[in-house]
Amino acid sequence: MKAGQHRGMRSSLARVRGLGSAKEGVVHWWAQRVTAIALVPLSVWLAGNFVALAGAKHEAVVAWIASPVGTVLMLLSIAAIFHHAQLGLQVVIEDYVHGEGLKLAALLAVKGLAILLATIAGLAVLSISLGA
Amino acid sequence: MKSPSRPDRPRPLSPHLQIYSWQLTAVLSILHRATGVALCAGAVLLVWWLAAAASGPQAFATTQNFIGSWFGQALLLGWTFSLFFHLCNGVRHLVWDAGWGFRIATVYASGWTVVGASIVLTTLAWILGYAVRAGGA
Repeated sequence: MKAGQHRGMRSSLARVRGLGSAKEGVVHWWAQRVTAIALVPLSVWLAGNFVALAGAKHEAVVAWIASPVGTVLMLLSIAAIFHHAQLGLQVVIEDYVHGEGLKLAALLAVKGLAILLATIAGLAVLSISLGA
Repeated sequence: MKSPSRPDRPRPLSPHLQIYSWQLTAVLSILHRATGVALCAGAVLLVWWLAAAASGPQAFATTQNFIGSWFGQALLLGWTFSLFFHLCNGVRHLVWDAGWGFRIATVYASGWTVVGASIVLTTLAWILGYAVRAGGA
Protein backbone atom coordinates (compact mmCIF):
# COMPACT_ATOMS: atom_id res chain seq x y z
CA MET A 1 0.00 0.00 0.00
CA LYS A 2 1.38 3.39 -0.98
CA ALA A 3 2.24 5.88 1.67
CA GLY A 4 -0.15 8.79 1.98
CA GLN A 5 -3.12 6.74 0.76
CA HIS A 6 -4.75 6.91 4.14
CA ARG A 7 -5.65 10.11 5.86
CA GLY A 8 -5.29 9.31 9.51
CA MET A 9 -7.56 6.62 10.87
CA ARG A 10 -10.45 7.39 8.53
CA SER A 11 -11.24 5.58 5.31
CA SER A 12 -13.08 7.36 2.53
CA LEU A 13 -16.87 7.14 2.33
CA ALA A 14 -16.69 5.66 -1.16
CA ARG A 15 -14.53 2.81 0.14
CA VAL A 16 -16.48 2.09 3.26
CA ARG A 17 -20.12 2.49 2.19
CA GLY A 18 -21.83 -0.85 2.03
CA LEU A 19 -18.58 -2.73 2.51
CA GLY A 20 -17.13 -4.57 5.43
CA SER A 21 -18.44 -4.58 8.93
CA ALA A 22 -20.80 -1.73 9.53
CA LYS A 23 -21.55 -3.19 12.97
CA GLU A 24 -24.98 -3.94 11.61
CA GLY A 25 -24.98 -7.73 11.48
CA VAL A 26 -28.48 -9.15 11.25
CA VAL A 27 -30.33 -5.88 11.93
CA HIS A 28 -32.04 -5.83 8.51
CA TRP A 29 -33.02 -9.49 8.63
CA TRP A 30 -34.26 -9.23 12.22
CA ALA A 31 -36.28 -6.03 11.63
CA GLN A 32 -37.96 -7.72 8.65
CA ARG A 33 -39.00 -10.66 10.87
CA VAL A 34 -40.14 -8.46 13.79
CA THR A 35 -42.33 -6.29 11.52
CA ALA A 36 -43.60 -9.46 9.79
CA ILE A 37 -44.68 -10.96 13.13
CA ALA A 38 -46.37 -7.67 14.09
CA LEU A 39 -48.14 -7.55 10.73
CA VAL A 40 -49.72 -11.01 11.14
CA PRO A 41 -52.39 -9.84 13.64
CA LEU A 42 -52.41 -6.25 12.32
CA SER A 43 -53.15 -7.23 8.71
CA VAL A 44 -55.87 -9.65 9.82
CA TRP A 45 -57.39 -6.77 11.84
CA LEU A 46 -57.10 -4.41 8.85
CA ALA A 47 -58.57 -6.89 6.36
CA GLY A 48 -61.47 -7.70 8.68
CA ASN A 49 -62.33 -4.04 9.13
CA PHE A 50 -62.00 -3.25 5.41
CA VAL A 51 -64.48 -6.04 4.67
CA ALA A 52 -66.84 -4.73 7.37
CA LEU A 53 -66.50 -1.21 5.89
CA ALA A 54 -67.10 -2.23 2.25
CA GLY A 55 -68.91 0.66 0.56
CA ALA A 56 -69.17 2.51 3.88
CA LYS A 57 -69.97 6.18 4.16
CA HIS A 58 -67.48 8.79 5.37
CA GLU A 59 -68.85 9.02 8.92
CA ALA A 60 -68.61 5.24 9.47
CA VAL A 61 -64.97 5.16 8.37
CA VAL A 62 -64.09 8.23 10.44
CA ALA A 63 -65.81 6.74 13.50
CA TRP A 64 -63.78 3.54 13.11
CA ILE A 65 -60.44 5.38 12.81
CA ALA A 66 -61.32 7.80 15.63
CA SER A 67 -62.05 5.02 18.13
CA PRO A 68 -59.14 4.44 20.54
CA VAL A 69 -58.50 0.92 19.26
CA GLY A 70 -58.79 2.11 15.65
CA THR A 71 -56.34 4.98 16.15
CA VAL A 72 -53.72 2.96 18.02
CA LEU A 73 -53.82 -0.11 15.77
CA MET A 74 -53.93 1.99 12.58
CA LEU A 75 -50.86 3.99 13.68
CA LEU A 76 -49.02 0.76 14.56
CA SER A 77 -50.10 -0.77 11.23
CA ILE A 78 -48.76 2.22 9.30
CA ALA A 79 -45.42 2.04 11.10
CA ALA A 80 -45.08 -1.72 10.59
CA ILE A 81 -46.30 -1.64 6.97
CA PHE A 82 -43.90 1.06 5.81
CA HIS A 83 -40.92 -0.24 7.78
CA HIS A 84 -41.50 -3.74 6.39
CA ALA A 85 -42.16 -2.41 2.86
CA GLN A 86 -38.96 -0.38 2.63
CA LEU A 87 -36.88 -3.27 4.01
CA GLY A 88 -38.36 -5.57 1.37
CA LEU A 89 -38.00 -3.10 -1.51
CA GLN A 90 -34.38 -2.51 -0.44
CA VAL A 91 -33.59 -6.20 -1.03
CA VAL A 92 -35.39 -6.16 -4.39
CA ILE A 93 -33.41 -3.09 -5.48
CA GLU A 94 -30.12 -4.56 -4.27
CA ASP A 95 -30.86 -7.74 -6.25
CA TYR A 96 -31.84 -6.17 -9.56
CA VAL A 97 -30.29 -2.69 -9.82
CA HIS A 98 -26.60 -3.09 -10.50
CA GLY A 99 -25.42 0.42 -11.39
CA GLU A 100 -23.99 1.88 -8.20
CA GLY A 101 -25.42 5.38 -8.74
CA LEU A 102 -28.86 4.20 -9.81
CA LYS A 103 -28.98 1.74 -6.92
CA LEU A 104 -28.15 4.44 -4.38
CA ALA A 105 -30.74 6.79 -5.93
CA ALA A 106 -33.42 4.07 -5.87
CA LEU A 107 -32.66 3.15 -2.26
CA LEU A 108 -32.81 6.78 -1.15
CA ALA A 109 -36.05 7.32 -3.08
CA VAL A 110 -37.71 4.24 -1.56
CA LYS A 111 -36.64 5.07 1.99
CA GLY A 112 -37.56 8.73 1.66
CA LEU A 113 -40.94 7.89 0.12
CA ALA A 114 -41.68 5.38 2.88
CA ILE A 115 -41.05 8.02 5.55
CA LEU A 116 -43.10 10.62 3.65
CA LEU A 117 -46.10 8.34 3.08
CA ALA A 118 -46.04 6.98 6.64
CA THR A 119 -46.00 10.54 7.99
CA ILE A 120 -48.93 11.59 5.77
CA ALA A 121 -50.93 8.53 6.82
CA GLY A 122 -50.07 9.04 10.50
CA LEU A 123 -51.10 12.69 10.36
CA ALA A 124 -54.38 11.73 8.66
CA VAL A 125 -55.17 9.22 11.42
CA LEU A 126 -54.27 11.68 14.18
CA SER A 127 -56.27 14.52 12.68
CA ILE A 128 -59.33 12.23 12.41
CA SER A 129 -58.78 10.93 15.91
CA LEU A 130 -58.25 14.36 17.50
CA GLY A 131 -61.13 15.79 15.49
CA ALA A 132 -59.07 18.43 13.71
CA MET B 1 -2.29 -16.48 -29.10
CA LYS B 2 -5.65 -16.82 -27.47
CA SER B 3 -6.61 -14.62 -24.61
CA PRO B 4 -7.48 -16.74 -21.57
CA SER B 5 -10.60 -14.65 -20.94
CA ARG B 6 -11.99 -15.29 -24.46
CA PRO B 7 -12.73 -18.98 -25.01
CA ASP B 8 -13.45 -20.02 -28.63
CA ARG B 9 -17.00 -20.99 -27.71
CA PRO B 10 -19.30 -19.50 -25.06
CA ARG B 11 -19.23 -21.21 -21.73
CA PRO B 12 -22.42 -23.01 -20.69
CA LEU B 13 -24.81 -20.92 -18.66
CA SER B 14 -27.05 -22.19 -15.91
CA PRO B 15 -30.64 -22.71 -17.11
CA HIS B 16 -32.66 -19.52 -16.97
CA LEU B 17 -36.38 -18.98 -16.30
CA GLN B 18 -37.67 -19.87 -19.79
CA ILE B 19 -35.85 -23.24 -19.89
CA TYR B 20 -35.92 -24.21 -16.23
CA SER B 21 -38.72 -26.56 -15.30
CA TRP B 22 -41.23 -24.81 -13.06
CA GLN B 23 -41.69 -26.07 -9.54
CA LEU B 24 -44.15 -25.01 -6.88
CA THR B 25 -41.32 -23.94 -4.57
CA ALA B 26 -39.80 -21.54 -7.12
CA VAL B 27 -43.19 -20.18 -8.22
CA LEU B 28 -44.24 -19.42 -4.63
CA SER B 29 -40.86 -17.80 -3.93
CA ILE B 30 -41.24 -15.47 -6.93
CA LEU B 31 -44.90 -14.85 -6.04
CA HIS B 32 -43.91 -13.86 -2.50
CA ARG B 33 -41.67 -11.13 -3.84
CA ALA B 34 -44.14 -10.05 -6.54
CA THR B 35 -47.04 -9.80 -4.08
CA GLY B 36 -44.78 -7.88 -1.67
CA VAL B 37 -44.02 -5.30 -4.36
CA ALA B 38 -47.71 -5.15 -5.31
CA LEU B 39 -48.64 -4.53 -1.67
CA CYS B 40 -46.25 -1.55 -1.61
CA ALA B 41 -48.42 0.00 -4.32
CA GLY B 42 -51.48 -0.96 -2.26
CA ALA B 43 -49.98 0.89 0.71
CA VAL B 44 -50.03 4.06 -1.39
CA LEU B 45 -53.79 3.60 -1.89
CA LEU B 46 -54.18 3.13 1.86
CA VAL B 47 -52.43 6.48 2.45
CA TRP B 48 -54.65 8.15 -0.16
CA TRP B 49 -57.75 6.61 1.45
CA LEU B 50 -56.74 7.78 4.95
CA ALA B 51 -55.79 11.27 3.75
CA ALA B 52 -59.12 11.53 1.91
CA ALA B 53 -61.02 10.41 5.02
CA ALA B 54 -59.19 13.12 7.00
CA SER B 55 -59.92 15.79 4.35
CA GLY B 56 -63.67 15.34 4.50
CA PRO B 57 -66.72 13.68 2.93
CA GLN B 58 -66.17 15.12 -0.58
CA ALA B 59 -62.55 13.96 -0.97
CA PHE B 60 -63.53 10.65 0.58
CA ALA B 61 -66.37 10.17 -1.90
CA THR B 62 -63.89 10.67 -4.78
CA THR B 63 -61.65 7.92 -3.37
CA GLN B 64 -64.58 5.58 -2.73
CA ASN B 65 -65.83 6.17 -6.30
CA PHE B 66 -62.43 5.20 -7.65
CA ILE B 67 -62.32 2.06 -5.49
CA GLY B 68 -65.90 1.24 -6.56
CA SER B 69 -65.10 1.53 -10.30
CA TRP B 70 -64.27 -1.63 -12.27
CA PHE B 71 -60.63 -0.58 -12.35
CA GLY B 72 -60.54 0.05 -8.62
CA GLN B 73 -62.30 -3.24 -7.91
CA ALA B 74 -59.82 -5.13 -10.12
CA LEU B 75 -56.91 -3.53 -8.25
CA LEU B 76 -58.56 -4.31 -4.92
CA LEU B 77 -59.07 -7.96 -5.92
CA GLY B 78 -55.38 -8.22 -6.82
CA TRP B 79 -54.39 -6.58 -3.55
CA THR B 80 -56.71 -8.83 -1.54
CA PHE B 81 -55.07 -11.93 -2.99
CA SER B 82 -51.61 -10.37 -2.62
CA LEU B 83 -52.28 -9.59 1.05
CA PHE B 84 -53.55 -13.07 1.93
CA PHE B 85 -50.84 -14.81 -0.09
CA HIS B 86 -48.02 -12.70 1.36
CA LEU B 87 -49.50 -13.17 4.84
CA CYS B 88 -49.85 -16.97 4.57
CA ASN B 89 -46.53 -17.50 2.80
CA GLY B 90 -44.91 -15.07 5.25
CA VAL B 91 -46.04 -17.28 8.13
CA ARG B 92 -44.54 -20.22 6.17
CA HIS B 93 -41.26 -18.30 6.00
CA LEU B 94 -41.37 -17.54 9.74
CA VAL B 95 -41.86 -21.24 10.46
CA TRP B 96 -38.79 -21.99 8.28
CA ASP B 97 -36.86 -19.29 10.16
CA ALA B 98 -37.67 -21.16 13.38
CA GLY B 99 -36.10 -24.23 11.78
CA TRP B 100 -39.16 -26.32 11.00
CA GLY B 101 -40.70 -27.81 7.86
CA PHE B 102 -37.68 -28.35 5.61
CA ARG B 103 -38.42 -31.90 4.43
CA ILE B 104 -39.31 -31.84 0.72
CA ALA B 105 -42.75 -33.37 1.29
CA THR B 106 -43.46 -30.83 4.04
CA VAL B 107 -42.31 -27.92 1.87
CA TYR B 108 -44.76 -28.98 -0.86
CA ALA B 109 -47.59 -29.59 1.62
CA SER B 110 -47.11 -26.16 3.22
CA GLY B 111 -46.86 -24.59 -0.26
CA TRP B 112 -50.18 -26.03 -1.43
CA THR B 113 -51.74 -25.10 1.92
CA VAL B 114 -50.67 -21.48 1.34
CA VAL B 115 -52.14 -21.50 -2.19
CA GLY B 116 -55.44 -22.98 -0.96
CA ALA B 117 -55.68 -20.71 2.07
CA SER B 118 -55.04 -17.52 0.08
CA ILE B 119 -57.66 -18.43 -2.54
CA VAL B 120 -60.23 -19.35 0.15
CA LEU B 121 -59.53 -16.20 2.20
CA THR B 122 -59.71 -13.94 -0.88
CA THR B 123 -63.04 -15.49 -1.95
CA LEU B 124 -64.42 -15.28 1.59
CA ALA B 125 -63.39 -11.62 1.99
CA TRP B 126 -65.11 -10.67 -1.28
CA ILE B 127 -68.30 -12.62 -0.56
CA LEU B 128 -68.52 -11.01 2.89
CA GLY B 129 -67.61 -7.58 1.47
CA TYR B 130 -70.42 -7.71 -1.10
CA ALA B 131 -72.82 -9.06 1.53
CA VAL B 132 -71.98 -6.04 3.74
CA ARG B 133 -72.50 -3.70 0.78
CA ALA B 134 -75.84 -5.29 -0.12
CA GLY B 135 -76.81 -5.11 3.55
CA GLY B 136 -76.98 -1.33 3.10
CA ALA B 137 -74.06 0.29 4.87
